Amino acid sequence: MKNKNSQKAEERPSRCPDNSAFKQQRLPAWKPKLTAPTVLSSFFVIGLFCLLVGICLILSARSVKEIQINYSDTCRDCSKLREDSSNWDKECNCSAHFTLQENVTGDVFLYYRLENFYQNHRRYVLSRSDAQLLGQDVNIQNSYCAPFSTYSNGTPMAPCGAIANSMFNDTIHLSYYINSSTAIQVPLLKSGNSWWSDKNVKFRNPSSYNLSSAFAGTARPPYWQKPVYLLDEEDERNNGYINDDFVIWMRVSAFPTFRNVYRRLSPTKQFADGLPAGNYTFHIAYNFPVTKFKGKKQVLLSTITWSGGSNLFLGIAYTVSGAVTVLAGFIITAIHLKFRTKKTYFQRQNPSR
Amino acid sequence: MVVTKEKTLDNRIKTSKYNILTFLPVNLFEQFQRVANAYFLFLLVLQLIPEISSLSWFTTIVPLVLVLTITAVKDATDDYFRHKSDNQVNNRQAEVLIDGKLQNEKWMNVRPGDIIKLENNKFVAADLLLLSSSEPHGLCYIETAELDGETNLKVRQALPVTSELGADISRLAEFDGVVVCEPPNNKLDKFIGVLLLKDNRYFLNNEKMLLRGCVLRNTEWCFGMVIFAGPDTKLMQNSGRTKFKRTSIDRLMNTLVLWIFGFLICTGIILAIGSSIWEHHVGAHFRIYLYWNDVNSSVFSGFLSFWSYIIILNTVVPISLYVSVEVIRLGHSHFINWDLKMYYPKKDIPAEVRTTTLNEELGQIEYVFSDKTGTITQNIMTFNKCSINGKTYGDVYDDLGRKIEINEKTVPVDFSFNPLADRKYKFYDHSLIESIKLGDPMVHEFFRLLSLCHTVMSEEKNAGELTYQVQSPDEGALVTAARNFGFIFKSRTPETITVEEMGKLVTYQLLAILDFNNIRKRMSVIVQTPDGQIKLYCKGADSILFERLHPSNEELMCLTSNHLEEFAGEGLRTLALAYKNLTEEHFREWFKILQKAYTSLDSRNEHLAAAYEEIERDMMLLGATAVEDKLQEGVRETIASLSLANIKIWVLTGDKQETAMNIGYSCHMLTDAMNEIFIVSGHTVVEVREELRKAKEYLFGRSNDLPNGHVFCEKMQESKQDSVLEETITGDYALVINGHSLAHALEANLENEFLEVACMCKTVICCRVTPLQKAQVVELVKNHRKAITLAIGDGANDISMIKSAHIGVGISGEEGMQAVLASDYSFAQFKYLKRLLLVHGRWSYFRMCKFLCYFFYKNFAFTLVHFWFGFFCGFSAQTVYDQWFITLFNVVYTSLPVLAMGLFDQDVNEQNSMDYAKLYEPGQLNLLFNKRKFFICVAHGIYTSLALFFIPYGAFYNTSGEDGKHIADYQTFAVIVATSLVIVVSVQIILDTSYWTAINRFFILGSIAVYFAILFTMHSGGIFYIFPTHFPYVGNARNSLSQISVWLVILLTTVVSVMPVITFRFLKEDLNPTLTDQVQKMQRARRKQKPLQSHMHRVYRTSSRRSAYAFSHQEGYGELITSGKNMRVNNSHQTSGLARTMHNSISWTENLHEKTPETVNSFRSDRTVKV
Repeated sequence: MKNKNSQKAEERPSRCPDNSAFKQQRLPAWKPKLTAPTVLSSFFVIGLFCLLVGICLILSARSVKEIQINYSDTCRDCSKLREDSSNWDKECNCSAHFTLQENVTGDVFLYYRLENFYQNHRRYVLSRSDAQLLGQDVNIQNSYCAPFSTYSNGTPMAPCGAIANSMFNDTIHLSYYINSSTAIQVPLLKSGNSWWSDKNVKFRNPSSYNLSSAFAGTARPPYWQKPVYLLDEEDERNNGYINDDFVIWMRVSAFPTFRNVYRRLSPTKQFADGLPAGNYTFHIAYNFPVTKFKGKKQVLLSTITWSGGSNLFLGIAYTVSGAVTVLAGFIITAIHLKFRTKKTYFQRQNPSR
Repeated sequence: MVVTKEKTLDNRIKTSKYNILTFLPVNLFEQFQRVANAYFLFLLVLQLIPEISSLSWFTTIVPLVLVLTITAVKDATDDYFRHKSDNQVNNRQAEVLIDGKLQNEKWMNVRPGDIIKLENNKFVAADLLLLSSSEPHGLCYIETAELDGETNLKVRQALPVTSELGADISRLAEFDGVVVCEPPNNKLDKFIGVLLLKDNRYFLNNEKMLLRGCVLRNTEWCFGMVIFAGPDTKLMQNSGRTKFKRTSIDRLMNTLVLWIFGFLICTGIILAIGSSIWEHHVGAHFRIYLYWNDVNSSVFSGFLSFWSYIIILNTVVPISLYVSVEVIRLGHSHFINWDLKMYYPKKDIPAEVRTTTLNEELGQIEYVFSDKTGTITQNIMTFNKCSINGKTYGDVYDDLGRKIEINEKTVPVDFSFNPLADRKYKFYDHSLIESIKLGDPMVHEFFRLLSLCHTVMSEEKNAGELTYQVQSPDEGALVTAARNFGFIFKSRTPETITVEEMGKLVTYQLLAILDFNNIRKRMSVIVQTPDGQIKLYCKGADSILFERLHPSNEELMCLTSNHLEEFAGEGLRTLALAYKNLTEEHFREWFKILQKAYTSLDSRNEHLAAAYEEIERDMMLLGATAVEDKLQEGVRETIASLSLANIKIWVLTGDKQETAMNIGYSCHMLTDAMNEIFIVSGHTVVEVREELRKAKEYLFGRSNDLPNGHVFCEKMQESKQDSVLEETITGDYALVINGHSLAHALEANLENEFLEVACMCKTVICCRVTPLQKAQVVELVKNHRKAITLAIGDGANDISMIKSAHIGVGISGEEGMQAVLASDYSFAQFKYLKRLLLVHGRWSYFRMCKFLCYFFYKNFAFTLVHFWFGFFCGFSAQTVYDQWFITLFNVVYTSLPVLAMGLFDQDVNEQNSMDYAKLYEPGQLNLLFNKRKFFICVAHGIYTSLALFFIPYGAFYNTSGEDGKHIADYQTFAVIVATSLVIVVSVQIILDTSYWTAINRFFILGSIAVYFAILFTMHSGGIFYIFPTHFPYVGNARNSLSQISVWLVILLTTVVSVMPVITFRFLKEDLNPTLTDQVQKMQRARRKQKPLQSHMHRVYRTSSRRSAYAFSHQEGYGELITSGKNMRVNNSHQTSGLARTMHNSISWTENLHEKTPETVNSFRSDRTVKV
């Protein structure tokens, strides 16, 4: 028996483990360590970099020109009217004046801004059917659109869901007073304001020979004044689901206060370089009620820079972080030089025993 | 034949948990007993309720299924190996008497009542009643090392009525005895039963039993009847139940997970209240746009939102945590398996991890409980040195007279002149052989004594093939040495001893054997040389022997005594040797006294002792022997390193006190430099208490004025000041406690006191302990000290201790595998323990702690962003991230870098880990991951989540992108926060990783790359067209990540999240560097400084006088020999007067058994209590 065992042992391959760097945990490796020179230099480098970026950001944000008019306050009457939903079919127009002291050059965008409008609420965000908006023939009953999916008679809504239903439907025009009496319409572009991918990939009209037939058998959402295929009757490529205003609205915002592009200045004639100084008026068809939920509406004219809009936060945050980092760098250097333990562990250990 | 028992079981042993059918249900049931898994199941159910489902079901089910599968596969493989090892044991072959024939049968098919034939050197398959054997008088020898760790052979004798059956198969087959016995129990030294045979009743005791786990030695064959089989055997009853072991980190993790649940519920409640308030003040008015028919009450909406938040915040306890922990442990286990430095080439045994879930606890061990025989010692005795007539032999000196260390290159003495020499024996001092050859009479006398004064049996099967049957390895070593030096013990009869002295055959008449016992601590033989001279040869403990020397020996005694001290200091086991010339008259006179003593009816033993005392005096000192109980390789260094690492080592052995202490000295656990060695060996509670009290008084000093140990003890436990007291103890102490005292010390009212004393001592040695006591000691320390314990052993007697300790280590490679099977780790040498603990254990602990810190940090940073977002989204449980990101974040984007860190990270390299044993301390003090660390990690995570949310929030609040279009939309925000998160946690792991292998680099960069690859894929048009509802983020990544401001936000978030960490770490390291930092620094500087270990003092020379007498001998063999019972019949007819007539009247076995009075008494008293 014993012999057998030993024979077996000879036949069996050795159980000796491989002598590989991996198995013996001897893989070559860097052993980075926070040493004083690297840490301190990185503090100064990062701090100075942040300061620099911060200052640039602040300068660029300050170069942005922005005009903001809270027209839910300005047009108080209209706001009142819209609070009562039975007046939905009554028109309400309102205008807001402002004066530009100097020329606003560059690309000028016209935004509407909503406050306290919870586009990021979970049930709101969910309430859409991307398949429907892609022009696919889907049973929206199964989507999250409820209760804005079908009417009681079974007619599906196109587009369905709470987002689409609550689409911003004020119309805003801007006129420029060439002189005190004559006003001309400032030319504004209503398409090309949304993301290319949204307009060309994410949204598609159902295919048919024309739009109205494509949407046959569907009905507009309850809050809409006109069906989806009439959103822009002038431009076939800006109508239906791929209407820019609609596409922009459907991209829900992250916060309850947000701005969406409404129009873009068409750089033509006297507006080729932007808005010249002078008097302007917004003509607003006030349809969208906000005061009922303590919301606010603003209309905004803004230029843009390389860093985006007029938000100073990032610039200030960078400056502060940079300053703090540099300061920390100095403090750490001081501490390092003054209080660093020069004794070693071993030396400290010995005398006690 | 019938065996009366409640149930008859077969001999099958089952350690496996599942079979193919039960695997799935049982395993799933077990898995869902884990709080975390049950919790995720509950979450899954929640997610299926549409009203509150804030996350799709796949975010939970994907990881859950993954986790369950991985665990199930692991459990299945573990169980497969258990099945395999069970099968291996169960399928061992035994010869069983079936239908009047001997047939080979598997062990598992052996049943109680079967008759089994055992052969020499075979394991006993079950608890057997010995029926007959090849040796005369139904004797057989067994080695019980597997059971109790004792290495000397034990004798078992069959009942005369059964031993006469012999090997007669037909008569054995007809054997129709009935055994009535006690129910199965775990007492190894006790058996009560009655054999009913042909209307006669024969009492059975332990001396008739062969227990499973024993090995048959020096007996060609024997027959036995199975009494207990399988789980009923004493061995199995002693092995204790397999407990599911958990590490302390596991337990901490469970607590933390519960806390996190609490935290989760709190945040859920906060957000639910917020939701109610929001619904009341805002939501109710907002319903024109966000129509909500079902819910009218704001409280109910809060309730729903609570559950929704529970779902989305569940990622603070990520399911992948458990899987990752298991993967890391598995990886560490493989590193141990693969470790070349724990591979024992001589036996081709690599280290093996048998429980893969305990690795990090190896880095926290405070107490090591070690078996002695086979673990610390090799159980090989060699005659190493001697002192003859005032001259020492055995040391090797170089030309300049300096002592040199013996290593493999040292030339051993050539014994080739002696054809009968044992080839394995090596001796290095050539001067001894020269003295013999020169014919130094004292040297000759010395070896003559060794060849005569013993109880060894010889066997010369073929010419020149002499084998000795030894009762104790010490004797074997001495007789073997004499044999190699030319004094060859050849054979013996009850009256003669034949010795080949330098090639000349001499036969001595054996007149008397004055047997060994523990009180006498010596044995003598009286022999008559062929020329008629009568001589007494005596060997024994020096202290005893020196008292009985002739006054003329004073000078030699002094010299020898110095030598003995020297030997003892080296941890050798010493015996002093003396002789005495007797005149015939003197002897005859004395012999009469002896005979009278033999025949005396009462207190025979005392009379005998007195008679022995009478003749053993005025002896002439010959010298002393020093036998080395060979330690395993590297034991001293290992013990020294472990002590430096503040690990306390307790030796628990079944061996005698002398032997155990001797080993204590030889491996430097006991030193003469110690202030005091307390020896507790009381037989009653009162004695033990008194001894412990004295020890304590000594320890704490009388000044403490402790009125009552008990009160003091309780007080101490209440105020938890023992650590303070511990520091007041200065100096080194050791405690040696005997098994019978330990039994009292472990009783409830004394255990605190015992523990208190024991824990103050640097070394604790428990001798003569039973397997169960070993486990009790371990349990005591484990439960009362809240310390992590490790038990290491090699035999079946260590199983219970291995199982009850936090970590059990088995020494593999010897024949018995039971300890290894019960262990969590196994390797071939004790010295690998150092590497296991100081390198693997330390790394495992370090890595696991780092991993856990990072993991909790990461998930708090990841999850709490939802919490902050809740305040801006109407508490609607809107997630910040894309659902896919939530699903993949822990599984794909961030799992591998942290796994790589958890698997490969090293703070200091292995050499320094071993050299600076102090580096082990953070683990024992639980410094690297505890509740405080956890809160720091959580706070860090919360801070990061704040930065992650509020910097993008501030930056994109009411603004537009650089193209004037969207930038503050929800989807862009989700992408920005997610990207920042991935980058921040990657930078954090870059900071945390201290050992950057190629794999780490690959995983970190790879994870970031994979994140972007998946991001762009999921935001691509193609996948959107296929599943428009599932991938609504089309085009998002490209639009948002192409903007400068987005990258600036990500950069700022990273800087803000990481800079404070760097500051904090740098300052901590700079101002208050830990030992690790120092060693790292040194390692980097590659300074060749001497390691700490060099402070280790190696004191060999001793100032105090200490006898190292230790002799693992059992009394009774002298009589066995003189009675001739254990010799072949053909030898015993060579009769002659003296000895034979003397002993005929006495049954030697009775004597033998009387020497173990407990057994016999208990048997007798229990006899009436029939079971």
